[in-house]
Amino acid sequence: MDRQAMETAPDAAADWPDRIYALLKRHSIRQVALVPDAGHARLIRRCLADNDLRVVTLTTEEEGIALMQGAWLGGQRGVLLMQSSGVGNCINMLSLATIHRCPMPMIVTMRGDFGEFNPAQVPMGQATQTVLEAMGTLVHRADRAEDVEPTVEATLKLAFHTYRPAATLIGQRVLGAKTFGKD
Amino acid sequence: MRAASGKLDRRELVRALLADRGELLVVAGLGAPAWDITAVGDHPCNFPLWGGMGGAAMIGLGLALAQPARPVLVITGDGEMLMGVGSLASIAQQAPPNLAIVVQDNEHYGETGMQQTATAHGTDLVTMAEGAGIKATMRVTAPEQVPALVAATRAKAGPFFAVAKVDAANLPLVLPPREGAILQARMREALLGPAAHLA
Repeated sequence: MDRQAMETAPDAAADWPDRIYALLKRHSIRQVALVPDAGHARLIRRCLADNDLRVVTLTTEEEGIALMQGAWLGGQRGVLLMQSSGVGNCINMLSLATIHRCPMPMIVTMRGDFGEFNPAQVPMGQATQTVLEAMGTLVHRADRAEDVEPTVEATLKLAFHTYRPAATLIGQRVLGAKTFGKD
Repeated sequence: MRAASGKLDRRELVRALLADRGELLVVAGLGAPAWDITAVGDHPCNFPLWGGMGGAAMIGLGLALAQPARPVLVITGDGEMLMGVGSLASIAQQAPPNLAIVVQDNEHYGETGMQQTATAHGTDLVTMAEGAGIKATMRVTAPEQVPALVAATRAKAGPFFAVAKVDAANLPLVLPPREGAILQARMREALLGPAAHLA
């Protein structure tokens, strides 16, 4: 498998990233915070091409939690895109959402999940949902491509209508496992 | 404005930063900066933090991007800034002109027993900010520099980053409201009116 194919998972024919992009627009998202993940590559390209979305590339994912707090303070809606390993970086900062009742939607692409190759991804991947829930986040999983759109929409509604952190985990069964050429 | 040590008095510095504040939106890092902005006078457009250590500058970034017409001032400590120092790179990339960050550098963790921070041992946050790509910076050690510092925080020619070396004395606690939902709602209402609560 060539490098491009490995790092631009999912299948180019899958349109769920475009459906997430449309949801971000429909729900008036203005700030998109992210640490890149291959699973989000297509969505990130769509966001970067949109001059009405401010894409903020972060040094570490917890910065995105703080950014969403500031955006909401100023009257804008934010979202955080990250890989499951980045959830571990957010733990203490998620207290901001709870103490201020701040909407914080997160869209997480899973690693260390269905068919993982890399041992280093498994500990945080397996802990992702537990850690988010321990910090008060409402978590829903999408493990089929057709579930991604309704699940992300539910996450956006939960966050902005009920003022709390909420996350969609997009399973590796949807994304395809990165295999480093060892298919 | 100098303390007995010869360094700047942190509370007098904050008094100068917030005097005639106009449209200024203020985020204060947890601990002494939050007590300082409250001692000067609590205000709906103050967002003092009780936690989220390392997040003050990024809250300022999100706020500055959402409110590009208003000057946003982050006042925080050296320990808090060091914990989130990577955010200086994120801020430099976005380059919001209306964001200013002033670190009150006492070279200590003031809330936990006055242990020294890295800035007591040669770490220079201004150099780190410049290395991250923030072009407008200032080092403040004397009262005579404060008027220029205040002007820079209001000029909307940033992002602007300054370190002010302040006296390490712990000053009397002046606590802001502790209910985070109120702190958030009052700034949103000041900016957005009653519609803030119907969003």
